[in-house]
Amino acid sequence: MPTLIRLQGGVYSPAEDVFTDVADEDAIPAAGPVILSMTRFQAEGDALIGAGRQVGVRVQADEAVEDLAYDLPRLAVVAVVFPKYRDGRGYTSATLLRQRLGYAGEVRAVGDVLREQAGFMVRCGIDAFAAADGSTAEDWAAAAGRFRHVYQRAADARAPVFEARG
Amino acid sequence: MYRYDAIDREFLADRAAEFRGQVARRLAGELTEDQFQPLRLMNGLYLQLHAYMLRVAIPYGSLDSRQLRRLAHIARTWDKGYGHFTTRQNIQFNWIKLGDAPAILDALAEVDLHAIQTSGNCIRNVTADPYAGATAEEIDDPRVWSEVIRQWSTLHPEFSFLPRKFKFAVTASAKDRTAARVHDIGLVLRRARDGSLGFEVIVGGGQGRTPYVGPTIREHLPVGSLLSYLQAILRVYNRHGRRDNKYKARIKILVAALGKDEFARQVEEEWSRIDTPLADLPDTELARIRGAFTPLTFETLPARSEAFEAAKAASPALARFARNNVKPHKKAGYAIVEISLKAHDATPGDASADQMDLVADLAGRYGLDDVRVTHEQNLVLPHVKLDDLPAVHAALAGAGLATPNIGLISDIIACPGLDYCALANARAIPIAQAIAQRFEDADRAELIGELKIKISGCINACGHHHVGNIGILGVDKKGEEFYQLSLGGSGQEDASLAQILGPGMSADKVPDAVEALVETYLNVRQGEERFLDTVRRLGMAPFKEAVYADAH
Repeated sequence: MPTLIRLQGGVYSPAEDVFTDVADEDAIPAAGPVILSMTRFQAEGDALIGAGRQVGVRVQADEAVEDLAYDLPRLAVVAVVFPKYRDGRGYTSATLLRQRLGYAGEVRAVGDVLREQAGFMVRCGIDAFAAADGSTAEDWAAAAGRFRHVYQRAADARAPVFEARG
Repeated sequence: MYRYDAIDREFLADRAAEFRGQVARRLAGELTEDQFQPLRLMNGLYLQLHAYMLRVAIPYGSLDSRQLRRLAHIARTWDKGYGHFTTRQNIQFNWIKLGDAPAILDALAEVDLHAIQTSGNCIRNVTADPYAGATAEEIDDPRVWSEVIRQWSTLHPEFSFLPRKFKFAVTASAKDRTAARVHDIGLVLRRARDGSLGFEVIVGGGQGRTPYVGPTIREHLPVGSLLSYLQAILRVYNRHGRRDNKYKARIKILVAALGKDEFARQVEEEWSRIDTPLADLPDTELARIRGAFTPLTFETLPARSEAFEAAKAASPALARFARNNVKPHKKAGYAIVEISLKAHDATPGDASADQMDLVADLAGRYGLDDVRVTHEQNLVLPHVKLDDLPAVHAALAGAGLATPNIGLISDIIACPGLDYCALANARAIPIAQAIAQRFEDADRAELIGELKIKISGCINACGHHHVGNIGILGVDKKGEEFYQLSLGGSGQEDASLAQILGPGMSADKVPDAVEALVETYLNVRQGEERFLDTVRRLGMAPFKEAVYADAH
């Protein structure tokens, strides 16, 4: 089972990924938690959730997280796809999930996820990381904690410098 | 100067430490060049034709003498003894060794300088009016708002991986010295009829392959709403800007594709959903930032300096310098002094370590410790007493820094071109030098008056040729360098894009062509009209005829 790095209560730790990431062309497994594409979720999500399954949604970079607004309370995880390291649309998706849509469940970064992005991702409210560079929870803790100060408010709880100076 | 506190310094120290670790991993072979590239770019380190180039941010073009001395020290210690000031008020060192980069960043951090966000697809260093705090024209100090944007955009979690690089310009004067209308976002401070301070928000200007003069999407944004509104613009761009083609990824392409009105509508809609009390800075912090700029103490002086007038009468060189390089100051008895980095045999924008040290000395001694970099690649001492101008001029002249050509034909913007840049198709610097030498006669240059020549060595337009009164673009034609001339551009408040004059020409023909353009202008100009005004009045025809007459 692939591992994730999870951030909980300020601590980074490895965690087993219990979700099956189901590609659109694949059959949904008979049991266990699954992550579906947005389209697949619209079609089949209700039935699965009704059957007591844990369901998450995979949001591509060009998809609008707002389309999930009414479903969010029922979702176990939202997986935000970073198709390339340089593609920053996922940061906006994560920020909107936390700040605008009030989503409190797991927001997971998947795709081209490298430790160098740790600081940015954490600040956008992402709390689980499917690292693609073999990095460990310790690597993420070090990368995310590298800066003692932040200059702006974001989706995390860190106080920006202007509050610290206050 | 905005004074850094312990927090700002710790931030820079953390950044330098981070990069030191990344360089160590690269040198140890733990990172490939591919993996390392985005990391070094985030720290302003480019791999150029011959070596690494380090671009150091000069926030809104403002330095104190201690910082300028440190730049000189870096040039001397780790480069070949000079640096290159850029059209975005930064400085580039062209001959850096990768292994030295961490030590350089440490040396910069000691004087509150850095290379953060001087490259990469993020919010770059903010350009501001180099006369800020010194000109009577301004209605507020644009540096305050530039500093607000600097802090907000530093390692911005949501906007550090935009579709493409993103550049701001901020000005508060009617006369635009920042090229605000050809930036991704131009902010022009204005007062509404009720006296309230706001920004005209211009979005989607730019140069490069697809030049645009940016449209205004909001006439008056209350200043207190700046950051929430910027967040809305950047968010619309981050989500919808093109990422499939890097040449179509700038915000100008999005604005043009949607149309100004639809883009503005999307921004306003996004803005209406933002929790603005959270997104905007509290007034107390705005006040703190304003207060963190060093207060300047000006003496009460007469508007006229007898010492200066007498020195001018005795020295034609000083008089000429005063006519062209000395600009009015808001305080009686003071002046703004422009230092040209366009000596006729020099590389536009280059300054040697010794020259930087000298300017730092002058700033310390005569200039309230303040130095600015202009987007036209010159330096400015913004606060010099008229009484001190003769001494300042003499010192500058002794260092080859008193070329009296600000705004004149030899005050040329040129990109590094094929001499340094990996992207260039043609050389730019030798063309600038050839034109400057052709118009070396200072009387004639003054007679010609304001004429802005801008030269780019490729279509990326770093030399701003689209907004040159005369723009010159170097192209590669079957392995040969050719130059395409265009006319009628302006990057100022009356911004416009230059139009192509006619077929390209070889390098040796360019000075003759410029000569023909200038002669035509001198023959047909009316009254005080500038070259640009004449081109606008008469169109291209007479100029085209003059340049290509021989070809008939």
